[in-house]
Amino acid sequence: MAKEEVKAPQELEKDWVLMQGNEAVAKAAIDVGVKFFAGYPITPSTEIAEILAEELPLNDGVYIQMEDEISSMCAVIGASLAGAKSLTATSGPGFSLMQEAIGFAKISETPCVIVNVQRTGPSTGLPTKPGQGDIMQARWGSHGDGPAIVLYPDSVKEAYELTIRAFNLSEKYRTCVILLMDEVLGHMREAVLLPDISKFRVINRLKPTVPPEWYKHYEEDQKYLSPLASYGEGYRFHVTGLAHDAHGFPTNKPAEVKTMVTRLKKKITHNIRDIVQIESFMMEDAKVAIFAVGIVSRAAKSAILKARNEGLKVGLLRPLTIWPFPDEAVQKMLRNVETVIVPELNQGQLIHEIERLTKDKTDSDIVKIQKANGELITPNEIYKSIKEVI
Amino acid sequence: MSKNKKCDKHEVRLSGSGGQGLILAGIILARAAVHDKKRVTQSQSYGPESRGGASRADVIVSCEEIYYPEATRFDILLALTQEACDKFLFDLREEGILVVDNSIVKNISLLSSKIYEVPFTEIALEQLGSSLPTNILSLAFLVKISGIVSEQSLKKAIEESVRSAFIDVNLKAMKLGFDLAKKYK
Repeated sequence: MAKEEVKAPQELEKDWVLMQGNEAVAKAAIDVGVKFFAGYPITPSTEIAEILAEELPLNDGVYIQMEDEISSMCAVIGASLAGAKSLTATSGPGFSLMQEAIGFAKISETPCVIVNVQRTGPSTGLPTKPGQGDIMQARWGSHGDGPAIVLYPDSVKEAYELTIRAFNLSEKYRTCVILLMDEVLGHMREAVLLPDISKFRVINRLKPTVPPEWYKHYEEDQKYLSPLASYGEGYRFHVTGLAHDAHGFPTNKPAEVKTMVTRLKKKITHNIRDIVQIESFMMEDAKVAIFAVGIVSRAAKSAILKARNEGLKVGLLRPLTIWPFPDEAVQKMLRNVETVIVPELNQGQLIHEIERLTKDKTDSDIVKIQKANGELITPNEIYKSIKEVI
Repeated sequence: MSKNKKCDKHEVRLSGSGGQGLILAGIILARAAVHDKKRVTQSQSYGPESRGGASRADVIVSCEEIYYPEATRFDILLALTQEACDKFLFDLREEGILVVDNSIVKNISLLSSKIYEVPFTEIALEQLGSSLPTNILSLAFLVKISGIVSEQSLKKAIEESVRSAFIDVNLKAMKLGFDLAKKYK
C-alpha cells in the first residue's frame, strides 16, 4: 500500500546546498580520486569540463582539452593504463566519435568512465534540449560484441552517487562504464545534502601481488576479474585492440579468443547482482506500472502521486543500471501488473526491452508515450495515460 | 502566500529572451530558497544562441521533495518580453501573480487584480545607469510582492552569485526593486 505520510513542514538542515547536476558529477569525480580528464567541451555537458579544468590541477590531477572526442577517449584510456582514474564527458555527437575507442577500452579491459549528457538528436540536433536517444547507442554503439555497464541518475544527488558508483564498477570490473544523463538533469540545480565521501566505499583496481616476471595482464579469477598493473610500475605488458592471450599479445587461436570473449561477457553476467540497481516506487499493490529512466521518472512520480490520491493503483519501476538490463527484476515486478506504461524521450528504445520481457502481455497492455521534440514528457501526459488504462 | 501555509508548493517562471539574465535570476532565487531552508529546484530552457531567442528559468520552492522540476502551473510569472507573456500567460494560476516589464510588454490579454506592470528596463537605465540589472530589479520586486523568499536570503544569494565587482550595483537594484514594490502593493 502506498505510504501516505502527512509530514509537518520541515526545514532543511544547514548543510544543504544548491547544486547543478553537472557540478555534482565533477564534484564526485574529484572526491572519488579522478586524476585525469581529457575532453572536448560540448553542450549540455560543458560544466563538467569547465569545473574539472579548474579543480583537477588543484587536486594533483591533469586536465587536457583535446582536438576532438576521438583523441579525448584515447587519452583517457592511456591515462588509465598509467594508473590514473580517468574521465571524459560529452554529449551525443561526441559520444558517437568515442565509440571506436570505447570498444578498445572494453577489449583491453581498461577502467574509465564516460559521461554522456544527452541532448535531442540525431546529429547536432537541439544542443540545449533533452532527449533519451542514446539508450541503445550506450549499449550497442561500439562495433563488435562487447559488454556494457550503463548507469542513469534521476537527481542531482544521484548524479553524485552514480558517478562514484561508475568509477567503482569500472575499477572493479576493468571496463569502461557509461553514465547517461538527461540535459535537464545536467543543467538543473536543486537543494541537496551530499553525504561525505567517507560514507562511500571507494573501490580501486586490484593490483598484482606477483613479482613482475610472473605478471599476466589478463589473468582471471573465478569471478572473471583480473589484477591490473600500471605502466611505470615495473610490470611489462602488451595492450592491443586485437584479440589477445593472457599476456596481452595478439592471438587467433580459437581457444584463447574464446577465453577472452567469454571473460568480457561473464565478468558482467556472473556479477550481475552487484551491478544492477533498480528503484521500485509504490509498486507493492500496483496494477499499472510505469517504466522510465532519468528525468522522465520524475514526471512519472508526480503523476503517480496525483493518481494515488484518487486511489489508482499505480507505481514506478526505474532502473539505475540500464545496461546490463535488469531482466530478472523487471520480469518479477511486472508479473503482477496488468498494464505497463513506457514513457521515453525518443521514438522507442526502452519499449523494446519491455516487450521482450513481457511476452505474457498483449500489445494493448503495453502503452507507449514517446516524445522527441526537445520537450519533457509532463506529469499530466503520464497521468492522462494512467486514467486511460485504469 | 500566507505565512501559516509554509508547505505550499510555489512554482515560479521567469521568462524573456536570452541575455536578460533570467537564468541567473532563477539561480539566485533558488539559492535564496535554500537559505530559507526550503527544498527547491531550478531548471531552465533556452536556445543555442548566446543572446536572443526565448529563455526561461523555472524555480519550484517547497518543503517536500520536488519530483518534476519544470513549472507547469505558475504562482508567479515574470515576463520580460511580449512573446513570453503571450506564451505563458494562460498557465498562470487563478490567484497567480503576473509581473511584466511594460516598457516592453504592451498587451496583456488577461484580467486579474494581481498584475503588476512596471517599466523595469527604463527604471534600471534611468536610476542604475544600465539595463543590465533589470533581472535583479524585477526579481527583488516579485520577491517583495510575493514573499516567496526572505529579503535577507535574497541579499545573501545575490552576494554569492555575482562577481564581486558587480555586487554593489546588483544590491542597489535589489533595494530599488523592494522600494518599487512598496509603491505598487
